[in-house]
Amino acid sequence: MELLKFNQERCDLCRLCINKCPFQALSMEAKGIAVNEKCRMCGVCIKVCPQDAIRFEQKAGSANKKDWNDILIYAEQENGDIHPVVYELIGEARKLAGKVGYDVKVVIVGAEGTRENAAKLLPYGVKKVYVYEHPGFEGFKADCYTDAVADCIAAIQPSIVLIGATALGRSLAPRLSTRFHTGLTADCTKLDIKSNTDLVQIRPAFGGNIMAQIMITDARPQFATVRYRVMEPADKVADIKGSVELCDVTDDLARSRIKVVEVIPIHRTKSISEEEILVVAGRGVKTEKELDLIQQLANSLGGQLCYTRPMVEEGHGDTSRQIGLSGRTVKPKLIITCGVSGAIQFTAGMNGSECIVAIDRNPEALIFNIANYCIIDDFNNIIPGLIQKLQAWKEVR
Amino acid sequence: MRIIVCMKQVPATSKVEVDPANGILKRMGTETKTNPYDLFGLETALRIRDKVGGTVTVLTMGPAQAEDMMRDAYSMGADDAVILSDKKFAGADVLATSYTLAQGIRLLGGADLIICGKQTTDGDTAQVGPAIAEHLGLPHTAWVKQICNASANFVQVRQDLGSLSQVSEMQYPCLITVEKDIHVPRLPSYRRKKLSEGRKVRIITYKDLLDQDLSRYGLVGSPTQVERIFPPEVTEERLHLEGNSDQKTEQLFQLLTVKKLV
Ligand SMILES: Cc1cc2nc3c(=O)[nH]c(=O)nc-3n(C[C@H](O)[C@H](O)[C@H](O)COP(=O)(O)OP(=O)(O)OC[C@H]3O[C@@H](n4cnc5c(N)ncnc54)[C@H](O)[C@@H]3O)c2cc1C
Ligand SMILES: Nc1ncnc2c1ncn2[C@@H]1O[C@H](COP(=O)(O)O)[C@@H](O)[C@H]1O
Repeated sequence: MELLKFNQERCDLCRLCINKCPFQALSMEAKGIAVNEKCRMCGVCIKVCPQDAIRFEQKAGSANKKDWNDILIYAEQENGDIHPVVYELIGEARKLAGKVGYDVKVVIVGAEGTRENAAKLLPYGVKKVYVYEHPGFEGFKADCYTDAVADCIAAIQPSIVLIGATALGRSLAPRLSTRFHTGLTADCTKLDIKSNTDLVQIRPAFGGNIMAQIMITDARPQFATVRYRVMEPADKVADIKGSVELCDVTDDLARSRIKVVEVIPIHRTKSISEEEILVVAGRGVKTEKELDLIQQLANSLGGQLCYTRPMVEEGHGDTSRQIGLSGRTVKPKLIITCGVSGAIQFTAGMNGSECIVAIDRNPEALIFNIANYCIIDDFNNIIPGLIQKLQAWKEVR
Repeated sequence: MRIIVCMKQVPATSKVEVDPANGILKRMGTETKTNPYDLFGLETALRIRDKVGGTVTVLTMGPAQAEDMMRDAYSMGADDAVILSDKKFAGADVLATSYTLAQGIRLLGGADLIICGKQTTDGDTAQVGPAIAEHLGLPHTAWVKQICNASANFVQVRQDLGSLSQVSEMQYPCLITVEKDIHVPRLPSYRRKKLSEGRKVRIITYKDLLDQDLSRYGLVGSPTQVERIFPPEVTEERLHLEGNSDQKTEQLFQLLTVKKLV
């Protein structure tokens, strides 16, 4: 890979880059400093050069696809644990890999505790987890995280790199794709792979008004960030064949120009308008015990409880949790209404929801005109069983 | 202190037309507006300039009509405005766009602080900012929601990363992308509009740039191809779950898990 560029006018041949290169990839030649094939794009030489004479040369070009194989996943850590999107990436990557005979590998970067987290991924059917652990990786620093992942990419030459479309992932991915002068598709909601290993990347564009299918046909690796909570998480495999590999991290590799001053957890509760899962209690919910049941359902779904207007007026709930014309407008992925008749003033605030489930014992209830899944029944007959099933399902995961 | 703000003109509505032949969005003829997220970038820049001194230059890559947006930027208080405009830049994806903007920034003599919006409403990738930083070899912080401190030498910013809020500090030169609502963008002022009436908006074309390698710009320099564009599937499904209560419960549970609603 010839992706490093030396500015001959600036270089004063001090040899610092040659000495500091962790891979013996630089040497002094007749024409100045030269890079050999051991270069892993880690950027240490760029950081140490006192003359600012070296930079990455990001130049378009076609890669020989046969030289780039397998799928590499970037494993984000959050609050000292693996981010759940990583299991989804592994699940999706295994499907894709199966179609073209690839392996699934993972790279993880962080401070103390990273190798322990790396081991957690092995039961999910990954071949290798490459670990870059160093105190310098405490807190997210886009520059040195890029250096570490680039080091891994250059070493293993993956055909595809998948990164969660989280705030962190979407900050890291564009630096990596730029460094390798290749394509990156943001926030994919669907992926597929062609037999020639080209990744089919589908993402919403223009605020979801159109879907775009994007390909990276010449360059490698193919980068994609993938939306959280869209792909199916990986199942555990029967026998673990993968292993963890600790990669060398020099102080220079972990050096950053970003100083992390403070990291604090955010304890902000989402408003119902931002929530992805909502359960609504309408006037059909009459007793405290029933209301408790609805609350339990919301809890076991990991969502929030909301109300129709009469419920709020009767003092059961807070106005910030009222849906409708005179309340909030919501657009969650899933909304389950219980004992809600579906008056227009209510539905006006929620009919943009992706999936509406209605439970009401009156078959004529208007809510059934807009619901995707209609259950004509007393919610007391449905919800306890549903909670039980959800609980059992969560335990096996 | 020199601040460069990257801003883009985007279609005024999110109803867009696509050229079916090559999958490129047709922009001409439709109404445009300034990418709303970039106004937060400009406001942030103006506030930092007003505090520590220096200049704010607005930079865009796009057709010459972007002059309208630049006039508005002048009316908000920008000091200088530059448009990178050339047919050769057309059809650029993230890599080529960020490369062209990085070349523009080099040509302008660099900057202490580069500010981008969090994303555009048409490209919608939120990638151009970090990619510019990588081209220029600068550190960056994305999704900045608060400037904790900005001096003549460094900037301290707060960003949200999922369930964490992180404060980071960077010496100049560096790049940030800012969140919506970081500050309320000021309205263009009539007085400043009058004052800036004669002021030029500079246009830079391909031949002005330092790197004359054509393969890095526009469609040719773009490794991603939009293969097709199609409307999203709308599942107008309506299903009545039948049977006794237990059967209905089981059906609902299956639907929720299989359709990944939970
Ligand atoms: C100007 C204006 C603004 C309004 N704004 C709002 C607003 O913002 N939000 C809002 O919600 N309303 C609003 N309303 C009120 C709205 O018109 C309805 O009166 C209200 O939405 C009805 O609430 P509900 O569905 O909870 O109650 P009801 O209409 O009384 O419905 C209760 C339902 O529960 C069912 N049920 C009873 N027991 C059970 C059981 N055990 N199992 C299953 N089902 C059962 C019944 O069959 C019935 O369908 C507004 C009205 C006006 C005039
Ligand atoms: N053509 C362009 N000209 C100037 N700035 C741009 C351009 N495209 C993107 N940007 C900047 O990069 C940010 C992210 O854009 P995007 O990656 O398209 O979502 C925008 O908010 C702008 O600040």
